[in-house]
This record gives sequence, structure tokens and C-alpha cells, in this order.
Amino acid sequence: MNIFVQLTVTGLTNGAILALAALGFVLIFKSTGVINFAQGEFLLIGAYAVYVGTVAAHWTVGILLGLLVAVVLGVGVERLILRPLVGQPIIAVIMVTIGLGIFLRSVVQIIFGNRPLPFPDFIPGGSVNLLGATVPANRLWGIGLAAVTLAVFTVFFTRSRHGIAMRAVADDQQAALTMGISVRRVFAMAWALAAVSAVIGGMLVANLIGVSGGIIEFGLLVFPVVILGGLDSVPGAMIGGAIVGLLITYTGGYVGGGLQSVVPYVVLVGILLVRPYGLFGQVRIERV
Amino acid sequence: MSPTAPRTGPGTSRAPYGSAEVDPRQATEPILALNNVEVIYDEVILVLRGLSMSVAEGRIVALLGSNGAGKSTTLKAISGLLPTEDGEVSDGSITYQGRDITHTDAATIVRDGISQVMEGRRVFEHLSVHENLLAGGYTRSHGEHADDLDRIYTYFPRLADRRSQTAGYLSGGEQQMLAIGRALMAHPRLMTLDEPSLGLAPLLVEEIFSIIGRLNDELGTTILLVEQNARLALDIADHAYVMESGRIVLDGPAAELAANPDVQEFYLGLTEEGARRSYRDVKHYKRRKRWL
Ligand SMILES: Nc1ncnc2c1ncn2[C@@H]1O[C@H](COP(=O)(O)OP(=O)(O)OP(=O)(O)O)[C@@H](O)[C@H]1O
Ligand SMILES: [Mg+2]
Repeated sequence: MNIFVQLTVTGLTNGAILALAALGFVLIFKSTGVINFAQGEFLLIGAYAVYVGTVAAHWTVGILLGLLVAVVLGVGVERLILRPLVGQPIIAVIMVTIGLGIFLRSVVQIIFGNRPLPFPDFIPGGSVNLLGATVPANRLWGIGLAAVTLAVFTVFFTRSRHGIAMRAVADDQQAALTMGISVRRVFAMAWALAAVSAVIGGMLVANLIGVSGGIIEFGLLVFPVVILGGLDSVPGAMIGGAIVGLLITYTGGYVGGGLQSVVPYVVLVGILLVRPYGLFGQVRIERV
Repeated sequence: MSPTAPRTGPGTSRAPYGSAEVDPRQATEPILALNNVEVIYDEVILVLRGLSMSVAEGRIVALLGSNGAGKSTTLKAISGLLPTEDGEVSDGSITYQGRDITHTDAATIVRDGISQVMEGRRVFEHLSVHENLLAGGYTRSHGEHADDLDRIYTYFPRLADRRSQTAGYLSGGEQQMLAIGRALMAHPRLMTLDEPSLGLAPLLVEEIFSIIGRLNDELGTTILLVEQNARLALDIADHAYVMESGRIVLDGPAAELAANPDVQEFYLGLTEEGARRSYRDVKHYKRRKRWL
């Protein structure tokens, strides 16, 4: 029982962070149709930005710096790299995001080196007793923070003017233009928001495993998550994140032997056989 | 609030729904004018070949023509959508309220007061009816939405019953109503409609046309209506243009056009004996010979 609770908390933390990373990925795919292979590097950049700000001044500065870097990164990538590629074959755009990822990773390596840096703990440490099991408090905080972020995003998409505009653009760009919605602005916003969710995700990973290139490996797990949940589904990203996070942790805890890196993909293939759009992917509405 | 109640004072810079103070039937100053407009797609396909027309404020103007004549292209040139299809106005000009808007971008044109209801309805499928309307009100402030929504639900009670339904699953007629309501949310002075009757049952078409007439009457919205259903269009329009191969070949007061033998034969499907015939059956070259 103790082990089960501990594994569940660990799995949910991983899942919550994965959900954040996946949310950014889904945002970009949904509104711009681009598959962002640099999402893991977005997490990395976010973690280092928060790290630098926190070490230099205070964790509040760290978070502000992280968000600032996120917005600049997101909007910059959209404007300087992707906009000139409008109308190019999708494979060209995908290659560019792969290249961007390698570039960002190298820049970080050049500046900070390869050695993992300890993330200053700004999230209260210690441990809490939960259902008879001892679980680290920072994991619970991580789950809470991720949940709040996801809730804010959900409200944004269903209630706010810009959130609805983003979903409208995802459905029909030309029709959105006839509503006076600036499609370019929406694209820039999608990239910026994706980067923001990546920064929060990266910060939470760093808090668990330190600031290092390992964050990217964690970021790679967004692919099983989004394929599982549906490439264009925000709730899918959340539930997919939770499923993959729990699966990996349970397999690692109960079975072990490296099986945890295989199991998510096995489950993924199984689910895709039954639901080709992913669990929550938008089914194309066909009316005659 | 009833749709006919006066809305804003003369002090507002962006008076909603056209100038309701002036009796729309008497105003004659053109709100929109196209002067020798040429449109090219992909830098080689010439689709509009010097098209000129004008729309008087407060009126309903119909633009008729057969498939491929360039009706939708004309509306896209007005609303600034051509760049999204690799098209451009390569010659001539479009003026709106006396200002040149030939190369203005789509978002600005909506803010200036021109809204387009595109061919094929184009509702946001995965958004609810309500969210579609909110998207339509993107250029307006939040404070205005409640009144606007009320007004639109009054015009389209069917939409009110389905406000939380996913738009993609509405019937064709309901989608057309949603597309019109969504465009209204932006408070257009000039609304362009591209074949609102497309694929709808005759009864529904009549319902939609009567609402278009009321919008013009009660809100003072100027209407530019593209149609293949010439009979209904000429019925509600004040003035009409007929286009062929990217040019206007005939225009005049709607009643006059409806009485024109050529129009009767080719667009109203009436032969000399008065029997109904579809203009679609008429050979293309025959029309060319008459009007070009
Ligand atoms: N994006 C485009 N690129 C190239 N050619 C186009 C494009 N859009 C339209 N055309 C061509 O321009 C001509 C006019 O098209 P348009 O859609 O304006 O006609 P229409 O009068 O609206 O016809 P319909 O009644 O069928 O809707 C057609 O020959 C069409 O093939
Ligand atoms: Mg058309």
C-alpha cells in the first residue's frame, strides 16, 4: 500500500509535467498544424531561465525571467523561422523544428556545460504523510502547480476572447479572418503559450531531477502522450500525460528491468488500433 | 431589447449596423464602389476583367451569374481574402465610404464595417453555436456581447434553442443562420452574402431570405447578395448586377431586370411561353453571344 501510494504520487507528478509539455505541443499543432520537435528543448530553456533568475536574485525573478524567455522564444520562432516557411511542404517545417531543437540544446550546452546543476529549492521540501505513506512534499506541490496551470489554460480556451479565437482559427482559418481575427497574431500566441507551458513544465522537472540535458529526454515523452490523447486535444494531453506518467512509474516500480521505457509505446500502439485519432482526438465532422 | 429600438447616439464613431437615422431607402451615396477591378490568381489566372459596380448605402444589391463567373472572387476582393488564395487585385480600385480599401487586410476591413458570409457556411465545426457567435464578436468589446447575442437569438430563435450544441452537427439551414448571425456580431454596415441558399430546401431558403430583408429593414445593414437563385434574389433586391466571365454584363433596378427577357430566359428559367427551364441547361456560348 505504501509503495502504491508513493508510486502513484510519483506517477502523477510525472504525468502532470508531461501534460504541461504536451499541452504546448497540442496548442501549436492544433492552431498552426506544425509538429514541434523542439518541445523538449523548450522545457530545457525554461528550466535554465528559471534557474538563472533564481540563483541571481529570487525565485519570483526566476519565474518572471522564465516566462519572459518563453514569450520571446515562442513569438521569435514563429516570426523569424516559421512565418517565412508558410506554404512550404510540412516536412520542411518539421525538419526546421528538429534543427531548432538541436540549436537550442547546443546553445544551452555551450553556456552552462554538461554538468547537471542543482535546482535551488523554491518549492518547500520535506515530506508529508499521505494515507500512511511518506511522500516528498515537492511532488505534491508539483502536481498542484501543474493542475492549476492546466485549469487556467482550460478556462482561457473556453471563456476568453483570444482562446475562442484560437480554436476558431484551428477550425477554419479563412472563416476566422472574416471575423476580423488576425491569424498571424493567433499563431504567435499559440507559440508563446506553448513556450509558457513548457517553461512551467521544465521548471517542475528541474525541481525533481536538477537542471541538465536529462530534461530533454523527459520532454521526448510528449510524443506518446499526445499520440495517446489525440494530437489536437487539450483534455487528451492532460489525460494522456497522467496515463503515461503512471504507466512508466508503476512499471518501473513493480516490474523494473528497464521495461518502463517500452511499456508506454506498447500501450500506445494498442490504443491506436482501437482509436486511430487517439483517445480524445477530434473526429472530423462529416455532414452530407 | 427589440431589434428596432434605437441603438447609439450620433456621437459614437463606429455606429452599429449602418446609419439607422437615415431612411435607408432614400440614401443614394454609394457605400461601396468597385472601379475596373482586375483580379489574378497565382499570377497568371485572370478572373475579374475590369469589373465595376457600386452599392448604395442601405440597399440590397444582388450579384447574379453562373458557375465560375467570378462572384465569390468579387466578394473576396472586397473582404481582403484574396491573399489567402494567392490572388490579388492587379488593377482598378475598391472604395468603401469614399476610402480606398483595395489592399487593406481582412481583419481591418471587418473593423471598418464589412462582414462576409462565405459560400458554404463555414461555421467553426468544433465550437458550440454560442462560441461561434462569440468568435464573430471578436472585434467588439465584451460589454456589447450580451445585447448582440440577444438580438441575434431574436432573429434566429432556432439558434437560441441550440446554443450549446456543436455547430458541426447543425442542419444546413441552421448552419447558414449561424453564419449570418456570426457575421452580424461584428456590427457590419455592409454585409456580403455568398449564395446563402446553397443546398437548402426551398422553405428554408425563403425563411433565410426574409430574415435578410428584415436585417436590412430594421438594422439598416447594407446587403450585397451573391446568388444563383435569381428569382428570390431579384425579389428582395433593390438593384441587381449580372456578371459573366469576370465582367458586369447587365445591371439595373431589380424589378426591371426581372422583366428583362434575357434574364428571364437565362436566369429565371422562363422561356417565351412562360414555361420553367433551368438556366443551367442553356448552352454557355449562347449567353456569351448575347452579352459580350
Ligand atoms: N484560389 C483560386 N485559384 C485559382 N483560380 C481560382 C481560385 N478561385 C477561383 N478561381 C477561378 O476563378 C473563376 C471564378 O471563380 P469564383 O469562385 O469566383 O466563381 P463563382 O462565380 O463564385 O462560381 P460559383 O457560382 O460556382 O460559386 C473560376 O474559373 C475558378 O476556377
Ligand atoms: Mg462562388
